[in-house]
Amino acid sequence: MKPRASLIGGVAAIAATFVVFVIPFIFIVMMAFKDRQQSALRDFSWPEGFHLFDNVLEVVKTRNWMMITAFVNSTIITVASVTLLVIFAAMVGYVLARRKTRWNGLIEFLILAGLMIPPAVVPTIWLLQGLKLFGTLHGMILIEVAYNLPFSIILYRAFIATIPRELDEAAIIDGARPLDVFFRIILPLLWPVTVTNIVVQSVGIFNDFTNPLYYLPGNANATVQLTLYNFQSQFNTAYNLLFTNILLITIPPLIVFLFFNRQIVAGMTAGAVKG
Amino acid sequence: MAASTGRGAIAAQPRKRRSPYSGWFFLPAAIIYSVLFLAPTFASLYFSLTRWTLFDSVFIGLENFAQFFREPFLIQGLVNTVIYAVVTSGLKVVIGMALALLLTSQIVARGYLRSVIFFPVLVSTVGVGITFTVLMHPTQGMINQGLAMIGIAGPGWLVDPKLALYSVALVDVWKGVGLATVIYIAGVVAIPKDYFEAARIDGATKWQNFWYVTLPLMRPATATVITLSFIGGLRTFDLIWAMTRGGPGFASDTVASVIYKQYQAGFYGLSTAGNVVLFVLIAVLVVPLTMVLNRKQGHE
Repeated sequence: MKPRASLIGGVAAIAATFVVFVIPFIFIVMMAFKDRQQSALRDFSWPEGFHLFDNVLEVVKTRNWMMITAFVNSTIITVASVTLLVIFAAMVGYVLARRKTRWNGLIEFLILAGLMIPPAVVPTIWLLQGLKLFGTLHGMILIEVAYNLPFSIILYRAFIATIPRELDEAAIIDGARPLDVFFRIILPLLWPVTVTNIVVQSVGIFNDFTNPLYYLPGNANATVQLTLYNFQSQFNTAYNLLFTNILLITIPPLIVFLFFNRQIVAGMTAGAVKG
Repeated sequence: MAASTGRGAIAAQPRKRRSPYSGWFFLPAAIIYSVLFLAPTFASLYFSLTRWTLFDSVFIGLENFAQFFREPFLIQGLVNTVIYAVVTSGLKVVIGMALALLLTSQIVARGYLRSVIFFPVLVSTVGVGITFTVLMHPTQGMINQGLAMIGIAGPGWLVDPKLALYSVALVDVWKGVGLATVIYIAGVVAIPKDYFEAARIDGATKWQNFWYVTLPLMRPATATVITLSFIGGLRTFDLIWAMTRGGPGFASDTVASVIYKQYQAGFYGLSTAGNVVLFVLIAVLVVPLTMVLNRKQGHE
């Protein structure tokens, strides 16, 4: 009786999640396979003919190959800011967890403030202009680092507390300087939480729409999320192209998901519930 | 401390021993964070009191805030923001908890279910927004066509001013409930089995199990889910912008979309004042909320 009830429940859950979560994605894929006329109907019909490659080619060629520029820009921003985030946040988390001073309270407060306070947009633009960083990839990278530091630090701090202090002390006795201890002993040990950090932050930064919209104007600097936004008006009647665009920019998160699914879940929960 | 046995320590006896956990490690993060986050935040306190063109600013006192609270559509944006945050975080708590309980029970295809529910968390918000804008079209959208097949006349999800905000909130829940579920799963798994054992011996029903054991012990997870999704809801911009641009009219405007509109229109002082309003709103709502959530946790 019991296993049978759970089987029925399972089948019901599969059916329900299929309708709610899977069908929208199937819809995106099917739209990307259609030609312009059929996609204009916006219905859940099987594509007549195979138009995916034509659609991809057209999307990629639009506005002087803007999609390629955008993928390059998004990749640069994501890789650079995640690299800086990992190193800088681990450094802060390490010292914050190891050394108790009267500054700790202030630093913890600033971290929480960073999680809560919405960034002051226009003053930031004004400041970036003053620093000649407005509308540049460098500026965007630094912004992503600044905005995402608090979350990364919290993940690291919780994890570093579990690494025994004796390890650093042994290294120091052997004559290692602080930077050696950190880069050669601590940072490698942080690998599990670093993976979590890389996955979570790269997905977040790759998918970021709001910050590039404000701080990275101009077609030459477009990120993948902005291409979608820019194409939205241009492709108003070409739903096949709009959805091909959505499909293309969903591929990187999908790859991350396929490789790191287990890791994301483990790391998220470790950071979220304990931290 | 440990260094006192090291070689170098003997030579440097009279000098103060340096901690191996150097304060310099804070420096790179501190510079980036202070220059690009703290400084603009403090500057916003001043610029919100000015009429501002980015090149020069004229001090006008609280005029921006007065205007903010005089314009009905700005007030509506403020109200919408709170409604949106309450609706999304409330639904994420209830649905996330239910899904987590389902997915930690002996159910078939657990791996599939977890993956399917979590995947939208990773997908582009703008992409999700555009997809659901198409799906929610009143006559041609798949949702209403599906409802029509079972004899229900679907509403005008995004075109009805009374509904637009809630429709976007539903999509937000669709996209974000996976994260809440994952946090709750961690919370459920962390509950020691002894509690259920003891409850079983006392003859607890399933409902009593949930109400007196699971629910109180999941409080840390609940606190996390509420705080995360509530702050996220108050700050929401991309989904609203992708789906309705704050419309129809101003029916689904939130403070964040108002900030963007004022920025686009060149009212930089007013936009910055909106930022300050959002900041105050978050502080006023979230700080007491987290205090309540954490205090209850302390009493357990």
